[in-house]
Amino acid sequence: MSRDTLVSFEGVVKTFGGFVAVKKLDFEIKKGEFLAIMGSSGCGKTTTLRMLAGLEAPTEGVIRLSGKPINDLPTWSRDTPMVWQSLALFPFLNVRENVEFALKMRGVGKAERRRRAEQWLDRMQITEFAERNISQLSGGQRQRVALARSLVVEPEILLLDEPLSALDAALKVRMQSVLKNLQRETGITFVYVTHSQSEAFSMADRVVIMSRGVIEQIGTPQEIYRTPRTRFVADFLGSSNLFSGKVRSGTVGFELDAAVGTLRLASPATVGETATLTVLDTKTHLSTTAPAGSVNAVPVKVIGEEFVGATATVYLETAQGQEIRVQKSHDELTGLPLGIGQPLYVWWNPEDGHLVGEG
Amino acid sequence: MSGSFDMNRNRAVDWALVVYVVLAYVFVFAPIAASFVFSFNSDRFPSIPLGEFSLDWYRAVATDPLVWEGARNTLFVGVIVGICSTALGFGAAYTDYRYKFAGKQVYLALALLPPTIPVIILGLAMLAYLSRINLSGNALSVIISHVVVCAPFAMAIIRLRLSQMDPALEPAAWNLGASEWMAMRHVIVPFCAPAIFGALFITMAVSFDEFAVAWFVSGLNETLPVKVLGFLQGQVSPRINAIGTFVFILSMTLVILAQLLLSGRGAKPADQE
Repeated sequence: MSRDTLVSFEGVVKTFGGFVAVKKLDFEIKKGEFLAIMGSSGCGKTTTLRMLAGLEAPTEGVIRLSGKPINDLPTWSRDTPMVWQSLALFPFLNVRENVEFALKMRGVGKAERRRRAEQWLDRMQITEFAERNISQLSGGQRQRVALARSLVVEPEILLLDEPLSALDAALKVRMQSVLKNLQRETGITFVYVTHSQSEAFSMADRVVIMSRGVIEQIGTPQEIYRTPRTRFVADFLGSSNLFSGKVRSGTVGFELDAAVGTLRLASPATVGETATLTVLDTKTHLSTTAPAGSVNAVPVKVIGEEFVGATATVYLETAQGQEIRVQKSHDELTGLPLGIGQPLYVWWNPEDGHLVGEG
Repeated sequence: MSGSFDMNRNRAVDWALVVYVVLAYVFVFAPIAASFVFSFNSDRFPSIPLGEFSLDWYRAVATDPLVWEGARNTLFVGVIVGICSTALGFGAAYTDYRYKFAGKQVYLALALLPPTIPVIILGLAMLAYLSRINLSGNALSVIISHVVVCAPFAMAIIRLRLSQMDPALEPAAWNLGASEWMAMRHVIVPFCAPAIFGALFITMAVSFDEFAVAWFVSGLNETLPVKVLGFLQGQVSPRINAIGTFVFILSMTLVILAQLLLSGRGAKPADQE
């Protein structure tokens, strides 16, 4: 374990009766990083967070905080405050009393409590609501109260369990920047559980992708986006086109014998192995005639088009019925015939393809 | 009913419903109203036309030491029953809220059972049981018996309140540094406060009104309802009406207080959006 490690999970397993929520976790959380744990519901991400908070006990393995095992420590002695999905603000206390709660539980005196709460009310820009009831606040204001309530004890680590899921899209984006700035300024380690790729990728320094109780990949958003380690990750991110087949040795290098045809591979691979080639939909191109040279090209028909802001996604289908997506700006698409059923070629440079295991 | 026109409603049906509701209330409250009216009537027997307005019966009641003794017993028993059954009910409701255990359905069924037993049977059983352990015929026996009857009401009221609580609230308190006892004191009890006071008033009211069980076990420490029966057996006196009015107003005050607490702003789950 290196010196900048704050938390380590060592062979952590969690089962509920016969159900295995977390299979075997081995990973570390660095001091001062913004770590997002992402996955679909039931993947074990929330269980992982709750074990760190001390709300669930691991069935096996050790969780260390600053090097010390914390398995037997009850949640109230851990200093691992959590921001809840429901926020769980105390409805019978006003904003100030909510923020002071953790200090009161620690026996901090009245004047000191007030002073420290004041700082966080100010920092979260909710001073003017200090005497209000929780029911009188908007969704965004409640978020800020929840953050202030957790951060008032100035912990080393803050746990966040999908805290933005109840907000509308615009407010969500605003709160993301509030969270990111807060994390950068305080240097507090944030562990953020979400099912949303955009939240995880826009805020986190590193992302953990979980599926069925195991970690599929840990890395920076760029690493995961550009080089997904498994087929699951590529599939889950949904931004790549996937082609499966057997690797074989070709005339100039390695090739993949896929359903859509023979595809060139830019990097060496094990001959005879079944593998999946992933190509980001932003790295695929369209043309009306078969492109020449050493690129991979697949004949397709247009089946649809979708616009999101400045980009358009063209949906195409191969003769074998496989769907391929191409993402381009509107400018790049002008001049191309895109009527439904229009025959076109999808092509990409072999260097833009990335081979992943079947895992 | 608002004054504005609503094309989706049939006015004839609306009026029929109003008449129906008024009639139902008249039917329910007429006897109580009659008792109230006759308590101020100077005549010895309840008859129409009424005699003169008079406070004689109240005066007679107020100077009767037997009535005062009954009232004292009723209040003493009622307050202690209220406190004990609310405490017991809270414990039972929290146990149901917090813990999962084998036989929980049986636990719940038993906890809520007493009010479904006919009071005559319950009174008889209480008398037989309490006299065997030398506890019958005093105020304590009435208190014990009434707690048995009242605690399930308190439990039902507090359980409803707990079911409206965000399940993350208590773990959130722990997570912020509160031990289990501190979370109980600073989160669970404050959240349940309206229901706790509501349960306190309701159980007091139930104890004030309860006659059958008290009749069996009270012995010489008769509560007011038992005293009233005693009066009735001796003679029909308009004093009954005066006592009835007094008990009715006291009970209604408690029930209305409880209603205000349980349906007031504070009782709403505040985190709903």
